[in-house]
Amino acid sequence: MTGSLERVYRGAAAAGGPLLFLERTRRVALGEWVIVRMKGQADRRGQVIDAGEHATVVQLLDETVGLAPDRAEITLTGEVATTVVGQELLGRAFDGHGASADGLPAPIGEAVRTINGAAINPVRRARPLDFIETGVSAIDAMNTLVRGQKLPVFSGPGLPGLELAARIVEWSRAPRGEPFAVVFAAVGITARESREFVDRLRASGAMSRTVLYLNEAAHPAVERLLAPRLALTCAEFLAFERGIHVLVVIADMTHYCEALREIATAREEIPGRRGYPGYMYTDLASIYERAGIIRGRAGSITQIPILTMPDDDMTHPIPDLTGYITEGQIVLSRELHRRGISPPIDVLPSLSRLMSGGIGKGRTRAEHREWSDQLYATYARGREARTMAAIVGASGLPPADQRALKFADAFEENFIAQPGGRRTIDETFAAGWSLLAQLPRDDLLRISDATWQAHAALSTAPSAVAVPP
Amino acid sequence: MSDETPRIRRVAGSLVEVSPLRAALYELALVGDQKMLGEVIRQRGDLATLQVYEETTGLCVGEPVEVMGATLTAQLGPGLLGSVLDGIGRPLERVAEATGDFIAPGARADTLAADARWHFTATRSAGERVSGGDVLGTIEERPGMLHRVLVPPLVSGLLATLTSGEFTVTDPIGALADGTPLFLSHRWPVRTARPVLERLGSSRPFVTGQRVFDLFFPVAEGGNAIVPGGFGTGKTIIEQSLAKFAEADIVVYVGCGERGNEMTDVLTEFPALVDPRTGRPVMDRAVLIVNTSNMPVAAREASIYLGITVAEYFRDQGNRVALMIDSTSRWAEALREMAARLQEMPGEEGYPTYLANRLGQFFERSGRSKLLGSPAREGAVTIIGAISPPGGDFSEPVTQAALRVAGAMWALDAQLAHQRHYPAVDWETSFSLYAEQVAPWFTEHGGACWTALRQELMALLQKERELRDIASLVGPDALEDHDHLVIEAAAIVREVVLRQNAYHPHDAISSPQKTHALAAAALELLHKGEAQLSAGSPFSSIDLVPARRALMAMRDGETP
Repeated sequence: MTGSLERVYRGAAAAGGPLLFLERTRRVALGEWVIVRMKGQADRRGQVIDAGEHATVVQLLDETVGLAPDRAEITLTGEVATTVVGQELLGRAFDGHGASADGLPAPIGEAVRTINGAAINPVRRARPLDFIETGVSAIDAMNTLVRGQKLPVFSGPGLPGLELAARIVEWSRAPRGEPFAVVFAAVGITARESREFVDRLRASGAMSRTVLYLNEAAHPAVERLLAPRLALTCAEFLAFERGIHVLVVIADMTHYCEALREIATAREEIPGRRGYPGYMYTDLASIYERAGIIRGRAGSITQIPILTMPDDDMTHPIPDLTGYITEGQIVLSRELHRRGISPPIDVLPSLSRLMSGGIGKGRTRAEHREWSDQLYATYARGREARTMAAIVGASGLPPADQRALKFADAFEENFIAQPGGRRTIDETFAAGWSLLAQLPRDDLLRISDATWQAHAALSTAPSAVAVPP
Repeated sequence: MSDETPRIRRVAGSLVEVSPLRAALYELALVGDQKMLGEVIRQRGDLATLQVYEETTGLCVGEPVEVMGATLTAQLGPGLLGSVLDGIGRPLERVAEATGDFIAPGARADTLAADARWHFTATRSAGERVSGGDVLGTIEERPGMLHRVLVPPLVSGLLATLTSGEFTVTDPIGALADGTPLFLSHRWPVRTARPVLERLGSSRPFVTGQRVFDLFFPVAEGGNAIVPGGFGTGKTIIEQSLAKFAEADIVVYVGCGERGNEMTDVLTEFPALVDPRTGRPVMDRAVLIVNTSNMPVAAREASIYLGITVAEYFRDQGNRVALMIDSTSRWAEALREMAARLQEMPGEEGYPTYLANRLGQFFERSGRSKLLGSPAREGAVTIIGAISPPGGDFSEPVTQAALRVAGAMWALDAQLAHQRHYPAVDWETSFSLYAEQVAPWFTEHGGACWTALRQELMALLQKERELRDIASLVGPDALEDHDHLVIEAAAIVREVVLRQNAYHPHDAISSPQKTHALAAAALELLHKGEAQLSAGSPFSSIDLVPARRALMAMRDGETP
């Protein structure tokens, strides 16, 4: 849209919900940034989502209460939405528009970038292989996070999804002590949730390495579509132009999707499943795919989006489409939470697709894969036995199932639960092995003979690591 | 605007309305100042609607549009192997050279490198009559890999000149008497199937190297299979394993609307992985078409047509080609997105009413055929299409539409995936219509009584499920000794025969012989146990653990 200039129109044809309809506009561009002014009211900002000679649709990011379409003054800026980026943003807080929210003056920044980003050329991507030690055993052992991955947390109403994210931010250790930063986008969460998260960041001393974009529940809903994109634009600059390893936490993608649906309905589009628009997959991909590593550039973007599964239903379109795009998921369990297991991670439906590249000899430990498979298999068998025991009683189970059932209980209480705080990867391995050691060799068919013998030799040695509480 | 230049009147997502423009359906056009590639998908009066293959943000009403007079074509010729293309055939390396690490609109790049020189050896001579599909000569594209240069389909005449020597793909290598020049490459419209002489049946399987498919749900060469499964059930791993290990001369892999990092996996693995049958990197026999989920939707829609056209081109040279589509659902969603923007009346779940038709037409481009031209030869295209049903629910429109044309379904089950039983193929809902026609081949190359073995194993698994249902109602005490044996034996079959570790150096690929040996050994275990039971020993005295470990050692051993 080179050559486009700012044009001012008086009066729009119609307004409804978050949309403003203009008629007979000239040289409008898709995605063009719009400013709507009305006497005595704060300026409103918007974006062209349908550009036409006869009719143009503008999606407003601010509340439309009090907006009179025929009296508004509409400026088409000739620019697509942009934001200021730079290292000086670290330690700062912004609202969902990118305006200063911490009382400090607006940053000058190092560059101005369009917020929609562009797809990383797949041939320029580097393979994510660097293990991130999160200190959470359920993740490090069985759903390993690697740099450049997008690994969402599937939470439920009332489950501590954001708390888990805060814990990961606090506890994560980068492989080689390289520069890191956190970019947090609050999307439609309550002021209380957002404050708690920020307080934890502050307490852990990570605040000076953090950029906040806060769109809380009380803020305009349509702005939710913008906040994650601002956060990722900022993260891309830090990662790919300043060589920083950036962890992006977005909470909560469910509110994002609801805002998307609101716009789609206002435009009277044909709805897809449960009223969400048919292009939601593509739209979500334009956010989630902005994670990764680029060959020849030093930094990386790792994404931890958090979403709330409505009614704990993993087949709901929001978790479903997310799971199809992201590289796995960490699923929280209401049952574990109720029993006081913290973090309440259900490892059975959880998955990290990039785990294989990040584990093994030279990264974590040589036996990681089979060890983790064995923990998983025995736990799965124990969970099945638990269901069966509810019908026939534990004593009616075959002996191997009884052992697996006992294992499952111990696994949840001594491995998943971490009352003692952060565990190093060595502590996680020690905890896992000590649980497996209570089973007979014949119950552990996923462990190869070589590994078994190597471990037996190690654990009889005096230097064996003690099991943490 | 009084001039007659076609100009943009409206931009909505990837859709653009242009007037005054009278074009043919699917005609290509250059859209806007940046000359982005687009395609006419509707024409009403002098108003044309185009889908644009590139990111349209920033595209402005009033910018000019220019039609190109041709539909979307694939450039076919030497240099395709080992390349990585986007949905409309641009090599992604060249796009990166033009626009950097991030994809920006407006990059133009031909599929085949214009400066590469190939040594062409003519096998026909001037004065001969040639027609579409005739082999004019060969190029050794990679060591030991012959690329046959064909007379394009629909072209025929008297050969006036034909020269051996060094050529680029744009140098004429000869001409027909009527002046038609001949090249090492030609173009073909992607939405049109390349003609063949005759479609053939197939008694030869598409050997996947995966036990559960070869043994239980085989696909014939030239057949097609669909792989529906919710997220995390392992569709992509299956598609990649097949691309790496299945018996095919050429593999075309279409990453349609999927993850960027996954494609990086493919791009790092394929060049490093050696094909055990040829000793050359897998990448040497592969063409990758990559249109990730965040790349433009219209190009995603086109990507599978580019894929099948490339596959047909290699088939026409006499190859056995495997086409992997991951995932068909993302293509269907692209179709839905375009239909919604065109405000077409939707069918089920918002998908256009022609979804089933388009899908059927696409899958029907698979097949084993007698090919056009001389020398007489045969070739095949086998399609393996992954499907991503929302919520893992197979009753949704894309799965149902695909089921109507699929010859085999490998249904993936979330429950099995949660047990880390991979490939997570549900043996109760999966099916294959090819099992009988390929059984003789497997009996000959795998081992005796192939069909009987298959049936007995399936009966065993069926019986196990029934017994487990009973046990979960009334408790395991209600089961007889023989029932316990069945449950244990079935567990071993699932563990040793059906499970296969795609990352294990020896287990990743299983030859028909190994598949047969493992299956037979597992059944023998059951038979021995049954003999012991009938001799009066109680089940508790039978120790299956050593036999189970022996089988696992056999599975993970070095014999392929």
